[in-house]
Amino acid sequence: MGRKLLLEHINVPGINTFQVYKEKGGYRAVEKALKTMSSDDVVEEVKKSGLRGRGGAGFPTGMKWSFLAKPEGVPRYLVCNADESEPGTFKDRYLMTHIPHALIEGMIVGSYALGANTSYIYVRGEMMPQIRILEKAIAEAKAAGYLGKNILGSGYDLEIYVQPGGGAYICGEETALLESLEGKRGNPRIKPPFPAIAGLYGCPTVVNNVESIAATVPIVNEGGEEYAKIGIGRSTGTKLISASGNINKPGVYEIELGLSVEDFIYSDEYCGGIANGKRLKAVVAGGSSVPILPANLILNLANGDKRLMSYESLSEGGFATGTMLGSGGFVVLDEDQCIVRNTWNFSRFYHHESCGQCSPCREGTGWMEKVLHRIEYGHGKMSDIDLLVDVSKKIEGNTICPLGDAAAWPVASAIRHFRDEFEWHVKEPKLALERNYGLARYADPIEIAEEA
Amino acid sequence: MSDKIKVTIDGIPVEVEPGTSILNAARQIGGDIVPPAMCYYSKLEGSGGKCRTCLVKVSKGSEKDPRPMPKLVASCRTTVMDGMEVQNITSPEVIEARKGVVEMLLINHPLDCPICDQAGECHLQDLSYEHGAATTRYEFDRRTFDRVDIGDKIQLHMNRCILCYRCVFTADQITNNRVHGVLGRGDHAEISTYIEKAIDNDFSGNVIDVCPVGALTDKTFRFKNRVWFTKPVEAHRDCPTCSGKVTLWYKGEEVLRVTARKDVYGEVEEFICNTCRFDKKSTNDWVIEGPRQVSRQSVINANHYDTLQPLPVIKKNPELMQANKEQFERATKF
Repeated sequence: MGRKLLLEHINVPGINTFQVYKEKGGYRAVEKALKTMSSDDVVEEVKKSGLRGRGGAGFPTGMKWSFLAKPEGVPRYLVCNADESEPGTFKDRYLMTHIPHALIEGMIVGSYALGANTSYIYVRGEMMPQIRILEKAIAEAKAAGYLGKNILGSGYDLEIYVQPGGGAYICGEETALLESLEGKRGNPRIKPPFPAIAGLYGCPTVVNNVESIAATVPIVNEGGEEYAKIGIGRSTGTKLISASGNINKPGVYEIELGLSVEDFIYSDEYCGGIANGKRLKAVVAGGSSVPILPANLILNLANGDKRLMSYESLSEGGFATGTMLGSGGFVVLDEDQCIVRNTWNFSRFYHHESCGQCSPCREGTGWMEKVLHRIEYGHGKMSDIDLLVDVSKKIEGNTICPLGDAAAWPVASAIRHFRDEFEWHVKEPKLALERNYGLARYADPIEIAEEA
Repeated sequence: MSDKIKVTIDGIPVEVEPGTSILNAARQIGGDIVPPAMCYYSKLEGSGGKCRTCLVKVSKGSEKDPRPMPKLVASCRTTVMDGMEVQNITSPEVIEARKGVVEMLLINHPLDCPICDQAGECHLQDLSYEHGAATTRYEFDRRTFDRVDIGDKIQLHMNRCILCYRCVFTADQITNNRVHGVLGRGDHAEISTYIEKAIDNDFSGNVIDVCPVGALTDKTFRFKNRVWFTKPVEAHRDCPTCSGKVTLWYKGEEVLRVTARKDVYGEVEEFICNTCRFDKKSTNDWVIEGPRQVSRQSVINANHYDTLQPLPVIKKNPELMQANKEQFERATKF
């Protein structure tokens, strides 16, 4: 049984209220930070903990906080990125729905550490219930004196505001989020300058994921060094994984980083195996934008070792045989799923969500979607497969924000690992409309000799 | 010690002011090593970074931190560092990426150059001539929009638009109220006035000049003539609202259109007002200064007053040279 830090009290009735949350040890971190620590101490603890951003990129949170510019007389902001819209990821929504006070407490600690007196939670527009839950939680915290002027007599003032987004995936990109928060069209900004120098309203700003902010609470409570003992290597602590797809028990699980992928999929504590007794075909390990891996590569590394749920182990092997932990959207596909259709579906999403600011992404995402649609519906040509690879290469790395990469990777990786299936769709268009390609050899043990 | 910083572009060193972008440093050198720019416009603050045609490779970050940059960067929005080394046309990677960008820009472009008023002075046309392939790999219907008249003088042909945002920045920065913008997302995003509101402002006509393609065209010049058959002449008038310095485009005695004066990169020297642009179309309104040199390497300068120099390659061919000379004399006789 792995340690639970964020979801420890998830099953306590009424944990969404201030009263119960406080009884279960909530808001200890605020009291500890505000009464006994300086803001630099908090940053130092987060640095020691080795906490890495939970939103997808995995950038060390403490490092991000210490990069924040601190010019005199200019306000600083902490912005919580709750615009969770990656297909396959739903951990932040779960956290905000059930323990909103964990986020509010984290926001207070984080804002104190950064010296921010106004903080924002930018919530995806579609999450209306969560917006109401958060506003209620803020009101409760304020009534109890944990927000507002002179919190707990420490002389520190803080206001937290909830801002609903307009419902665009691109607003999850930090600079687009800031543009949107300022009331403009959500186009990503060109970096540099980075938000740590000029972010919201041109002031130094830190944008953190919901889970990263919530994770600062146990770090302050137990100390950064204690937190760093959990996990493996540079992947410290616990991570929320949104497990979905063809598994027996879909849902949000808190795991200690370093758990093996096989255990995560097959143990009863987590996913509980593949549903209906089917066999595993492929896994998208970190939300739709990370490369998809076939069964044999997701369970084992190219050298035959077990693959673990950690930032390093999942990306072991680079793009050739690895993927990424990303935001923790763990999508499992069984032998009856069609990879071409899945890739087309992802591609359709990115086509719809591209902001249209820079040309390769604006035009390329639509192009890929149309070609994939053609292959899926039996009108594909052999040359289409190489065309897709070429278009994805032209997009990747040539755009302002990472959405271009996110659109290119699923397509490129699906073709890299499942080329047989794409070719089968082209060669047997009629058959492809009637049935699926099946598992084929995607679960066969990897020939390790090849790697030598 | 001078506070200028040294940067090397394609092996050519240049000293520039701190804070200069790579693109502007390249423009100080000039010639073939200048990256093309479809969306950057030096007179418009915040423009650039969007079209990705100006991508270059930074092979050495700076003297202090010589690591190369991991990705290709947009030269229009990347400032130079001391000792930076940049590769533009000497990097196959850059050429490949630029070819990709041009291909992307063209997949939804109607390629209706034969009936487009911008033909001849279109940046996309020049760029596709230089980098594009003769055929397309895109086998689907192109996105289409209806033509829209925004005001009585400007027509918006959204099919041709490459969403460079220049006209949006122009309206923001030159005029006092912007009534058009970008609506929608992705490849279905469009420039629009929201509810077909007319753009009605003294300086609105400048959006025509900044448009790199034929998406925003002058209705008073629409289908009047091909730009390469008209002759540019510099002229000025005493205008109460703008500088009054313009280029008149003549066909015979008639002034077919009036534009601002554009430099070698297609950027205007000074923005002009709508009265000068649309209403003063008679030689009597203007003080003529002389023929306008069009330094852009494009079909636009093919038929102009004194740019018809015999090409060096023709010097080896005395017959062609003679023919060329005769034609030049014929052309300049009037």
